[in-house]
Amino acid sequence: MTVKQYKEILAKPLLEENPITLQILGICSALAVTSNLSVTLVMCVALTSVVSFSNLFISIIRNYIPSSVRIIVQMTIIASLVIVVDELLKAYDYETSKKLSVFVGLIITNCIVMGRAEAFAMKEKPFVSFLDGLGNGLGYSIILIAVAVVRELFGAGTLMGYEILPLVSNGGWYPANNLLLLPPSSFILIGLMIWGIRAYKTDQIEPNEYKLSGHATAPDLSKRELNV
Amino acid sequence: MNDSVLKTLTVSFLVCLFCSLIVSYAAVSLRDMQNLNKLNDQRIKILKTAAIYNPDESIESQFTRLTPKFVDFSTGDLLDEYGEYDLDTYDPVYFSKQPEHSTPIPASKDIAIVKNQENIGKIYLLKDSYSNLEKIILPIRGYGLWGTLFGYIAIDKDLNTIKGLEFYAHKETPGLGAEVDNPKWKALWDGKSIYKNGEVEIEVIKGKVDPANQMASYQVDGLSGATLTSRGVTNMLVYWFGESGYKETLKNINYDS
Amino acid sequence: MFEHYLSIFITTVFIENIALSVFLGMCTFIAISKKIDAAFGLGIAVIVVCLITVPLNNLIYNSILKEGALAWAGLPEANLEFVGLISYIGVIAAAVQILEMFLDRFVPALYNALGVFLPLITVNCAILGASLFMIEKDLKFGESVVYGLGAGVGWAMAIVVLAGIREKLKYSDIPDGLQGLGVTFLIVGLMSFGFMSFGGISL
Repeated sequence: MTVKQYKEILAKPLLEENPITLQILGICSALAVTSNLSVTLVMCVALTSVVSFSNLFISIIRNYIPSSVRIIVQMTIIASLVIVVDELLKAYDYETSKKLSVFVGLIITNCIVMGRAEAFAMKEKPFVSFLDGLGNGLGYSIILIAVAVVRELFGAGTLMGYEILPLVSNGGWYPANNLLLLPPSSFILIGLMIWGIRAYKTDQIEPNEYKLSGHATAPDLSKRELNV
Repeated sequence: MNDSVLKTLTVSFLVCLFCSLIVSYAAVSLRDMQNLNKLNDQRIKILKTAAIYNPDESIESQFTRLTPKFVDFSTGDLLDEYGEYDLDTYDPVYFSKQPEHSTPIPASKDIAIVKNQENIGKIYLLKDSYSNLEKIILPIRGYGLWGTLFGYIAIDKDLNTIKGLEFYAHKETPGLGAEVDNPKWKALWDGKSIYKNGEVEIEVIKGKVDPANQMASYQVDGLSGATLTSRGVTNMLVYWFGESGYKETLKNINYDS
Repeated sequence: MFEHYLSIFITTVFIENIALSVFLGMCTFIAISKKIDAAFGLGIAVIVVCLITVPLNNLIYNSILKEGALAWAGLPEANLEFVGLISYIGVIAAAVQILEMFLDRFVPALYNALGVFLPLITVNCAILGASLFMIEKDLKFGESVVYGLGAGVGWAMAIVVLAGIREKLKYSDIPDGLQGLGVTFLIVGLMSFGFMSFGGISL
């Protein structure tokens, strides 16, 4: 494979085949951990490393995995990686790991990891699989970081905990939009983001099953012949 | 050939062996660090409540300034020993969930929705270099809007003036109830009084405190947009400083000194 | 006692709805909610699997993994909490597999209805999430049965409601880019804002 193809594998999941906005994978954690940028970054690093390395390891042993226990072997590898990440977090960044609570563990069932293992790593060579994992992890991270920036900046007036927009309650000028700090607001943000991406990449638009026709015009009664 | 029974078993076994080695190695080698983190997390909150926390100094040595004591809620006595339990590692919240170590609170008295109260609590005494009592740090908890708030409150040696308040765990709404973590709001508590003629009068009111009001030293500004959280904080203080909480204990400390 | 269980159930179904308040199982929640029939089938499957796996994981946690739980085997110091994740997911995968075989053999009608959804459930984070929250809440065995049932019912209810809305939505005129996925996100957002109104109810 050429360098160009490598680049393509890495870059495709960023926008064109983004796991969250097109493939509908890995949405759960995207919502609960995005109210604060620094927490989100840790989550992104955790997920990206799990998906890259699970792709790498699964691809290395792909020719030896019997198909009958395929899923459970993948699951075991992913779960082990997640546990290692979880233990590392608890040891080196206790504050963040407390805020992420169960969501690190839930990376196991994050469909991005399983989905890429099944769809890509089971077929391709290790290095390419690693790149694919990295690309998908980054595609996930882009959306998460974008959501987190909007939520933290406009919801709390800070970024990474540093004050950017001084809040009225602290004597500044910016009235905080508390709505953005509530988890459901990330649904709305992702929804709008999908709209933006699809306005630009029109091939991603889903066809409408029932296209409305224009206003139906009433038949002109005056021209009707009366059959009395 | 990939599907023969022998091969399936071998591959599963090897994968399991390899994964378990990695996982166990990570867990065992990091365990001490994790336990220390967990312990220090609590200790930092207690030190912050006592307003003696210094991030540059080792937490271990700072914590030696505090003397933990068991509290028997039925008599209000301070104890140095309770059964086989170690004073340093005793966790009152854990014991409040053990039926043999706790008492269910009757609904009529349970204003803070604590549900079960441990029979034996744990408090910390901060003494100065002449071992005179300086501050007392008491754990408190109670229901806010979404769940229970857990925190510590520090009171002065006059056993009536609040010196600090910190919450270490809560589930309140970000931007509204979660403002209990706002340093500005926490600073409002410093110097407020709890008891007036033996009754708990401290209260988080709605809106701002009017300094001209004669009750101003018993009142703290409400959290805007978080009436239920504010009420929860008030209820929790009324409960823990009332008869079933630390009231008797504080009286006993008063007689001792 | 009954009151206690009832309050756990109501809390899990409404106040801490696993889909709309904790946002778990979102991938399948959004992907399989186009039709009410399919949503209903998946909902039932989630209820059944939750009801089985949450109490099972509770037993495993309390009798093997918890600190000091192995005292009966002469290992009072052992703390196996770190293998929790892998055990829970193993239990879930195994339970789903066994349930699938059981239904195929004894209740073929139900198997045909649920069959396609069962494998999907292993990777549904609502199931693993329910087990993890059960551990975090430190529930007893009886409570965990009720909690598992409540988590499943809450999720099933939410997906059926969403599917109902989406079926009606097909007939509305939505901007091209928002069609399908986009508008679904907006609706789920509004639904979960709605569910926030259950907050503040303490049972």
